[in-house]
Amino acid sequence: MKRGHVDKEAYYKGVRMIPYDLLKELAIATIGILVVVLVLAVALSSPDVPSVTIQSWAKADPVDFVTTAQAELAGTSDVADYGPPYNNGTGSVQTWGFLNPQTWGGVHVPTNAANDFVLQPLTQAAPGDSDLTAALQTFNTASTDQQTAWLTKYGDAVANATVGSDGSVDVASGDYGPVPVLMDRMLTLARSGALDALLLTSDHFYQTDFSRALLFLDDGGYIGNLAQDQSLTGSQWGMMNETGRYPGQAWLWLYTMWYQIPPFTSDSGFLGISGANADLAVVGVMLVLSLLLVFVPVIPVLRDIPRWIPIHRLIWRRHYAEIRKHPRPAAPS
Amino acid sequence: MTSDAMSESPPGPRPDPAKAPDEAGWTAAVRNRVEQTLPLTELLPTKQPAYIGSWVYSFGVICIAALVWVVVSGVVLAFFGSAWWHISAVGHFFNSVHFWSVQMFFIFLVLHLWGQYWGAGWRDGRATTWMVGVVIFLVSVVTAFTGYLIQQNFDSQWIAINAKDGINSTGLGGLFNVLNFGQQYGLHVMLFPIAVTLLVVLHIIQVRSRGVVRPIDDPMPASDSAGALR
Repeated sequence: MKRGHVDKEAYYKGVRMIPYDLLKELAIATIGILVVVLVLAVALSSPDVPSVTIQSWAKADPVDFVTTAQAELAGTSDVADYGPPYNNGTGSVQTWGFLNPQTWGGVHVPTNAANDFVLQPLTQAAPGDSDLTAALQTFNTASTDQQTAWLTKYGDAVANATVGSDGSVDVASGDYGPVPVLMDRMLTLARSGALDALLLTSDHFYQTDFSRALLFLDDGGYIGNLAQDQSLTGSQWGMMNETGRYPGQAWLWLYTMWYQIPPFTSDSGFLGISGANADLAVVGVMLVLSLLLVFVPVIPVLRDIPRWIPIHRLIWRRHYAEIRKHPRPAAPS
Repeated sequence: MTSDAMSESPPGPRPDPAKAPDEAGWTAAVRNRVEQTLPLTELLPTKQPAYIGSWVYSFGVICIAALVWVVVSGVVLAFFGSAWWHISAVGHFFNSVHFWSVQMFFIFLVLHLWGQYWGAGWRDGRATTWMVGVVIFLVSVVTAFTGYLIQQNFDSQWIAINAKDGINSTGLGGLFNVLNFGQQYGLHVMLFPIAVTLLVVLHIIQVRSRGVVRPIDDPMPASDSAGALR
């Protein structure tokens, strides 16, 4: 036998061969699948729920928007203390034992929540607005302690805020320094749609990176509530779901299953795995399972299961029936 | 140069007929290797073992059929731009074709995978064929994931902001930024489809060059198929 060539004549010795038209089979399958796909496309269409904008968020839930903007400015939001790849925080860094790949990866999408989400957009919108210019001046020249004091008090107050008839967010009177003006302008910019554009501002004309806008949306509660209504959250097997009644990424069923069971859901954890590092742990588990699947042919037990559970008797039932009917002499060992 | 000079043999040792000058070099080596490994009669066979008369054997070819329509509809969507399908009824139709083609592709890919598992399709020197098949599945999952990220609708927003935590936890969030539409668009319409297609071509070559595996416990000469499933 030449190198690289399989001697099929020897391999198939004693096997009954039948005429076979590969291209005809492929053509029939291609046309058949096209028909099925066209029927499904015409009858069921495909999901396309419009995206959430900063504008639609600010209009639908202005208190949540202002609460989020206050948290970004105060540095108390999730993103503000997230950690790599956005900043050097530790709030969302996941580790398992000595494994800390998130920190090893480093900061590659630098994000300063207060500056990128609030101060920079407001600064860009300030020309022509003397009140905003003065408020930014006051805030930027105040001490960190003073800024924290204003923002903490405002944060407490906004928890009980009401929405005015004009869509404004009204809080009880207090010593909030320039924060009410900053938040009012943030809300105005958001409701006008300008903040959507300001969050995409970069130092070049073309823009396709929505990292800032998505991180800002993620810090709010609005988009999460919409996802909850669509059964898309993690605890709802959301990873494999799609909006509406459409099949989503059903092939991720195993991946999302881990998020439904302990220790990936527990607070106490097991072997260092808990809800706090569930993402890292699930990635690790799926990586191991994927490698096991790749190397099934060389892993005892896994490669022997098909013999122990004889589903192959169904796959080749006609072949086995033929052998029983016309036994062939066994090959010499 | 005269005709006599052309017809005369040069002085020195006679050339090896098996290595004639016009048959030497990289090109000839590659051609010979291809001809040995996968002659056209094996690539496009007209006879196959009778035991392939099972539905299980149709799952692989249906996968390829679905992939054809995934690529065709994807090319149309890419040609008209990422926002087209949101504002055009025709565009939405092609998105639906793409969506359901992908669903079909995965349904039959999983069926094909299970079929090959329960038939222990890696036997008799076909381990790498199985491995490449599993890699196709894994790369396809990532490809589909990037497709969901670039839909530019609520689904893509929600998937992106949730998936980021998993990717970031591995330290790869800076390299593979699911919030960066431009990066994911390039990966989805270019690099991953090329990867899947090349892997599928390799997989087909592997299958055709070795032929379909014999049934488990099939009495056969000069083979270990009656032993362990390797």
